[in-house]
Order: sequence, then structure tokens, then C-alpha cells
Amino acid sequence: MALIELDLAHAYGANPQKDEDYALLPMQLRFEDGGAYALLGPSGCGKSTMLNIISGLLAPSHGTVRFDGIDVSAQSPQQRNIAQVFQFPVIYDTMTVEQNLAFPLKNRGLSPERIRQRVGEVAEMLEISHELNRRAAGLSADQKQIISLGRGLVRPDVSAVLFDEPLTVIDPHLKWKLRRKLKQIHHELRLTLIYVTHDQIEALTFADEVVVMSRGRAVQVGRPEDLFERPAHTFVGHFIGSPGMNFLPAAVDGASLKVLDVVLTHDRDLPQGDLTLGIRPEYLEIVSPQTPESVAFEVERIQDIGTYFLVACRRGDVTVKVRMGPEKSIPTAGQTVGLRLMSDRTCFYRNEELVV
Amino acid sequence: MSGPIKPVNQKAWWLVLPVILCVAFSAIIPLMTVVNYSVQDIISPERRVFVGVEWFMEVLRDEDLHEALFRQIQYSLSVLLIEVPLGIALALCMPAHGWKSSAVLVVVALSLLIPWNVVGTIWQIFGRADIGLLGYTLERMGVEYSYTGNATHAWITVLVMDVWHWTPLVALLAFAGLRSIPDAYYQAAQIDGASRIAVFRYIQLPKLRGVLVIAVLLRFMDSFMIYTEPFVLTGGGPGNATTFLSQYLTQKAVGQFDLGPAAAFSLIYFLIILLFSFVLYNWMQSVGTADAQEKSHG
Repeated sequence: MALIELDLAHAYGANPQKDEDYALLPMQLRFEDGGAYALLGPSGCGKSTMLNIISGLLAPSHGTVRFDGIDVSAQSPQQRNIAQVFQFPVIYDTMTVEQNLAFPLKNRGLSPERIRQRVGEVAEMLEISHELNRRAAGLSADQKQIISLGRGLVRPDVSAVLFDEPLTVIDPHLKWKLRRKLKQIHHELRLTLIYVTHDQIEALTFADEVVVMSRGRAVQVGRPEDLFERPAHTFVGHFIGSPGMNFLPAAVDGASLKVLDVVLTHDRDLPQGDLTLGIRPEYLEIVSPQTPESVAFEVERIQDIGTYFLVACRRGDVTVKVRMGPEKSIPTAGQTVGLRLMSDRTCFYRNEELVV
Repeated sequence: MSGPIKPVNQKAWWLVLPVILCVAFSAIIPLMTVVNYSVQDIISPERRVFVGVEWFMEVLRDEDLHEALFRQIQYSLSVLLIEVPLGIALALCMPAHGWKSSAVLVVVALSLLIPWNVVGTIWQIFGRADIGLLGYTLERMGVEYSYTGNATHAWITVLVMDVWHWTPLVALLAFAGLRSIPDAYYQAAQIDGASRIAVFRYIQLPKLRGVLVIAVLLRFMDSFMIYTEPFVLTGGGPGNATTFLSQYLTQKAVGQFDLGPAAAFSLIYFLIILLFSFVLYNWMQSVGTADAQEKSHG
């Protein structure tokens, strides 16, 4: 196990000039020993590139990768002692499940007793003990991926186990089960786990700390609660949450705050000038339009999402979404309502970065 | 009056008729003609006698045929044992990307474009001691090489000719098979600490199974029917050294006009190829695919 530090940038082409030339923009990241991390971001944000750089399948074009303070940038995955699980199941067709799990240990010359013991433990954890003698090629995609996971977890001394969207091919109900299993394994083995995904639920339930990535940048690193409560970047607010954060233009002039065309009072320490106000649909409160310090909106449409209602409200050309529990009194479409935009949970952004 | 729609529509059989006709004219009727000849003694177009399995018995007792069959099996096995490993090795050495890959593909495929009798002629000239590059060089090196005089030399020349002509086919098939292996397999093997040999043994070879089955069957059937090359090179000689089955058959059918024995032999020939191909195919499909439990149960 190891503390992993990245201080690097990566471009696939030579001589990167503009930001667009980089797959990963210059960044510094730290993965603590024994932590469970998720790299979260949309397709093409650079998260798989980052994973391959950590594992050593890819050498960074600039900067270094350090394991426990030692520069390993030039080392192979074997030398770094990394385990990695890929998006699609990789199994050795001609081997049995047991031989598949034993393969990484056998290649490292462990004794047969030690191998049998370790394979037994991992098979037990993943609940595949009864499958050990089956030939791996005959299994379903789900089971094959579980074996891939097992091969990733079988080495007791790995620096880190990396997962590259490992649950893509898994059925939804099994996905949930496996995620919990991984979490449990993390608690038992205390391995450093780094998990790449574009699914926020996967990232937020799996990881102690999530790295949100966008266009080659790590825009925020934080606990799942932080990402939800205090998104450091409008991208995070937009990407995390379902639906994402509402953003409204705002401006501070002296002591007054102007949101859209309405002037509100505030007790926050806001900088002067143009800002963007961000508030989660969960934290917007619908009140009567006459309420002081509220902004009048027209209810455009209401969606029943099952456990809650999603109310879209409009003022001018700005639409905000409000998430309401079924116990609240739901307004009707066309009705004018007041929205309380200012609360402790309202965030302010300038140039997409969190200000207060 | 309209009744309920029948679940089985027998009229659809008419749609299969063209295929049945094609297959009948191209395969079944000619084959049946051969069967017809094989059980009759045709003395003249008007006079024919039914002889039962007599021709089959005669052919099976024929010493020359036994020799030709033995020679043929030896030859086909040699072809497979040389061309398949050599083809795989070639494919592993070929560059995978870029212009080099395209250039190498073209060069490797060149020999496949040459007709059989031209291959025979090329090697016939190539091996001559007076004007052939190979024959001349060998002679200057002190090797007494003569495909017309020495049976072993002739046999080896026909084999080398085939290896030269057809190894590229195996190489191209193996190359295509190798390219279809996703990168993740190599990356996983690297992370699992697999050696180069282990990567070949556990990833590349199993993934090549499909194309290798095709390569082995094609090379087996083709080499088992070899005719033109030895015919052009030495006409089956010296002696009978390179008289393989199809040439023996031609001698019987065309040379001596023994249609009955030739037909009986054709059928046996056909069955041998069918049997070998069946055994090879099934063996290659099943090798290394049995569950450990099944194995331990026998």
C-alpha cells in the first residue's frame, strides 16, 4: 500500500500549446494510503487517462507520479505493484476460475499453499467459492467481471487497486450488490482503491473522497457531502445531483444584492460586482409571492418522479427547478409563486469558481 | 373463405428449391455419377456389369495406393507442422500499425497471388544446378542437390515449395486474429505480471483458436489434394517419390482409363479428407476448453 502523489500534466500530442491540447491539465493530487477514491466526470474528461498514468500503463508527458515519496513515473505497472480492473471483463479463457484468480500470484512466485489460501479468501469474499473449478470461458459477463475484480483484489501487498468503470457490463441489481461488496472489502482489506466512473451515484456511494473532473482538470476533490453542499465549481454543481444546481445571474452593489431584476438584502460577505448565484433544487423553498425577500416565478410544469415532485418555475427566460416532497402542497401549472433564493446553502460563483 | 393462419407454411419449401437445384447439379449428381462408376465395370458404352464392392476391395489391396496414401499423410502432416507454427511466428513479428504494417502485408501476401503451376515452374528453374540460383548456390557449397535424381531432395523441394507458397495464408489469418484481441487483455496481463510466453500461451493462442481452425483445415485439405506442383516439378518422380494421392488417381482415371477403380478410390479419398477434417475440427474446438471437474472425472 502506498501514498500516491501526482504532480503532472499529460498531452497525447507533442508540444501542447493551448489548454485543448492537454488530456490532463497541470494538476496536483494526493491519494492517501488506504483510502477509497472515485474519479468522476463525463466521457472524455481525462479520468481514464489519469488512471492509466497512476497504474503505469501510460507515462505522463510532464511531471511525476510518486508512490510513498519515490518517483515511479518511469516504472511499469508490475514495478509499481498496481492492480487494475478494466471496463470489460478480461479473463484467461483456457483457465479455470481458480487458475484465473491465482495467475497474478503465480507470476510473482508465491508458494502454492499461500496461493490456495489467498484465492480461497478472495473467492469467499466475492461469493464464488462454488465456481472455482469451472472453466472461466463458460461464465456469464457478470461472473467474468467478478473474476476480474477478484484478480484485482487477490494480491495482498498491492500499492493500490484501480477500477476503470468496472460495473458497466453488470446488471443494475447486481451492480448495487457489488458496490456494497467493494465497500465492505475496502473496510476489511484497507487497500487503496481508486475507482473511475461517470455515474455519480456509484462515485458518491463508493468513495470516501471524490475527484470530480472536467475537460482535463480536477475541478473539486472532496467528500460526497462537500460536493453536494458546497460545489467548488459550477460544473460540480451542475454534474452532481439530479437535477443539478440552479444557477442565476446576480450582482452586488454596496449592501444590496440584485438577483435577476429583483433587489434582495443579504447578510453574507459578498464581493462587489457580477456573480452567479447557485442553489440546489432540494433547498429552494416555495412561498406565497407576497412574502418579503422572495422572487416571484411562474410555475411552468410539474413532474411526478415517484418519491418527489419536480417543479419547473420560470421568470423571464430563466428557469429554475424545485424539488418538493409529496407532503408539501404542490402548486399548479400557471400559478405564480414566490421562491426564497437566499439561505445558508446558497453558493456564489465568479468565473465558475466558488466565492462564498 | 379464410381460415386461421397455419403456423407452418409448407409453401416456403419452394423458396429453397433453387439452392437444392444448384447443389444437386454442382455436387450431388456428379458425386452420384462417381458412385455409379465405382460399382460397375464399364466395358464399352453399351456393355456394363454390376460388380458390387469389387473395385473397392481391389483399391484397398493396391500396394501403390498404400504407399501414395502414406506419402500423402506424411506430407500433409509436415505441411501443417511447419506452416502453422511458422505462420503464427510470422504474424507475431509483423508490425501492427502504420505504413510498415501495410507494406509488410502486401509483401507477405505476394506469394498467394501466384498460380500453382507457376510456383512449380519457378521452383523447377530455381532448383536447377546449371541456371537456378538455389541449385547453383547449393552446388557451389558442395551439396549435391538434384530434385530429379534424388527422391528425398524431390520430396523436400515440394514441401519447401508449399511452405513458401502457403505459409503467408496462415500468417495473414493469424495476424487478423491477433489484431482482434482488445488492448485490455495485454494491459491486464502486464498488470498480472505475466511473462511474454504466458501472454502467448494464455491470451494470444486461445484467442487465435478460431482462425487457426480455419487455417489448419484449409492447409490440410489443400495439401492433401496437392497435384500441380509435383506434377510440374518432376511429374511425380523420381520413381514414385512425389506421387501423391491425386496424381495417382489421375494416372488411374485418365492414364489407364480404369474408371471403376478410380471412382472407388475417389470415394475413399473423399471420405479420408472428410474424416481427417472432422477429427481435426473437433479436436481443435475442444482442446483446452474442458472444465476442471469434467477433466478429473475422466
